[in-house]
Parts: sequence; structure tokens; C-alpha cells
Amino acid sequence: MLATLLIVFREVLEAGLIVGIVLAATKGVPARGVWIAFGVLSGVAGSCIVATFASEIGELFQGSGQELFNAGVLIIAVAMLTWHNVWMAGHGREIAREMKRVGTEVASGERPLLALAVVCSLAVLREGSEVVLFLYGVFASDGTSLPEMILGGALGIFAGAAISALLYFGLLAVPTSRLFSVTSGLITLLAAGLAAQAVAFLQQAGQIEVLSRTVWDTSWLLLEDSLLGRLLHTLIGYSDRPSAAQLIVYLLTVAMILTLMYSQGGPRSVKPEPRPS
Amino acid sequence: MTALREKAALSAFRLVLAACASLAVQMARAEDAIEVTIKDHRFTPAEIHVPAGKPATLNIKNEDATAEEFDSSALNIEKVIGGGKEGTVRLRPLDPGRYPFIGEYHEDTAQGLVIAE
Repeated sequence: MLATLLIVFREVLEAGLIVGIVLAATKGVPARGVWIAFGVLSGVAGSCIVATFASEIGELFQGSGQELFNAGVLIIAVAMLTWHNVWMAGHGREIAREMKRVGTEVASGERPLLALAVVCSLAVLREGSEVVLFLYGVFASDGTSLPEMILGGALGIFAGAAISALLYFGLLAVPTSRLFSVTSGLITLLAAGLAAQAVAFLQQAGQIEVLSRTVWDTSWLLLEDSLLGRLLHTLIGYSDRPSAAQLIVYLLTVAMILTLMYSQGGPRSVKPEPRPS
Repeated sequence: MTALREKAALSAFRLVLAACASLAVQMARAEDAIEVTIKDHRFTPAEIHVPAGKPATLNIKNEDATAEEFDSSALNIEKVIGGGKEGTVRLRPLDPGRYPFIGEYHEDTAQGLVIAE
């Protein structure tokens, strides 16, 4: 039961943190609940499908199917997060003005919720398919009883969701005037981290063979497998032993997103006009 | 007629040559790959020695009935290997040192170490 709890907790946490950021970034947008719920549920359904065909996917591309699939999923997520941030940079001023006009914390409904719903769906898909494969294994052979498995799974989901909820409510404590700047920043780092993970999968598959040396080793300081290490790995792409290619792609992704945002009017325009203090 | 037969023989010979060449390449690859077996949720060998500074390939064979995930943040590797299946992962050139890995689905028993030297 403990093994089930731990694995379900880890995977739910990884997907949950991403959903938490998305929820905070869409605070006050009407119908966001429907979009994000649809994203999460389609991710759950998708992870069952991916787990069922895991072997078939893995055998594609001379056995590199799994890596290329993961890299593809990550790259799509990076594209969606970029789209969201660039859109927000372009429309942030309007949103801020409207919030001021209406005098509430409710922002405009005109937002690209599709992009973020897709991000939630992909996050759940990736982590969920691992959970499904694990639970199937437990169920098929390991002699853990079904009630034990369900209890472990439920506790794991609860614990993972609780920490994700902490992140969400923590972000909500940020004043609304700053919230979008904060979430845009978080989404930029999240996207860069996902891009670096995609590079790791391509290296594992032998698709990228240059710049594969390790740049630094901070495992003595913060182990990536520790709880804090995992949190930072998911949120900002922390790696205790990144390769040069990962680091370069990470920095390029940040640079790309910021450049696109500034070309759209800048991330700062998300804030309302400064008030005399 | 003879010319045609000669041509056929030549192309057959070429085919055999090509087959030999590709077989040689495959054998070279297979020789390079380090075989790792998962059985009863344990790795054999649990200690894998690789030369430092050179890429290496692991060919992981899962002889259990259920899936296992070869997982190592130290090696930057995550690979699910289905029950009764095998999978190949590339290790990047490593600095001398010890790099632990686990089977994430059976962390208590499935543990191993890559030693680069």
C-alpha cells in the first residue's frame, strides 16, 4: 500500500502543480473550471489509452517510440504555454483596464483557455499513464489486495492534490494586480523546464548526441529525488545533473518566450497603471 | 542469357554482402550494449561498470510479467519497460562517479548503480 501511495503521490503532485499554476493564471475567468476539468479528464482518459498501448508506442522508431512520444508531448506543452504567455502580454493591458473599470477582481473572459486546457491534459496524460501501468502491475501480480491498492491510491491523490492546492492558494494570496506577472513568470520557467526534459528524452533515445556532458552536479546540495527537488524539478525544471544541451535549451526557451512577450507589449503591461502610494 | 545469369549472381552476391555488413553493424551494436535483466523486481547486474567520458548503451530486458520503470535522475533517464519486453537507453558520457538507478515501480528491491571509471 505504501508503494502505491508514494508513486501515486509523486505523479499526482507533478501534474497537480502544473494544474495549480494554470488555475491561478486563469483566476476570475468565466468557464475556466469547465475547460480545466475537461483538460484533466481527457488527460485521465488519454493516460489509460497510452498505458494500454505502451509497448506498441515503445516499439516505434526502432525502440525509441516512448522517448519520442514523451518529447513530443513536452514540446506541445511548451508551445501552448508560450502561446498563453504571449497572448497575455498582448492583452494584459486591456484586462488590467477592465478589472479597474469593473472594480472587481474578475478579469476578462476572452482568454485562450484552450492552450492551458491542453497543457493540463498533457501533464495528466504523461504522469497518469505511469500510474496506470504501475497500478496494473500491482493488481496483476504483486498480491496487494484491491482495497489496499484503492486506499493507497486515494491517499496518494489526496496528498498530491493537497500540496498542489497549497501552491494554488499561495498564488491567490498574490495581489491581483501582480498575479498575472507572477503566473507569467512561473509559466515561462515551467515551459523552459519542460523543454529541458524533452532534451533529456531525445538524448536518452540517442537523437541528440552533442553537448551531452554534465554541466554541474548539485546532488550534494539538493537531490532531485527529494521532495523539494521534485517540486523544483516540476516547477522550474531543476536538475541536479543537467547536460549542456539541456541547459542551453532551457535558456533559449526563456529567451524566446520573453522576446515574444516583449514584442507583444511586454510582460509588465499586465500590471495596471501604477498608483500613487 | 549468360549475361543475365551473371547479373543475377552479382546482385545476389551484393545482397549477401549488404546483409553481412548490416549484420556486422548489428553485432557491433549488440556488443557495445550492456545487457541488464530485471527479474523478480531486481536488476542483474545491479552494478554496471562503464568507462568514464564515453557514451554507453544499456539493453534492459524485463523478465517479469509486469511493467517496470528504469528511473535515474542521476543519469537523466526514465524508461518504462513492459512485462516480458526489452528496451534500450543511451547513457551520456559520464564523469567518474557512482550513479544510482531504481525500478520505480518496485523501489524497495529494484536498485542498482552505474559506476563510471
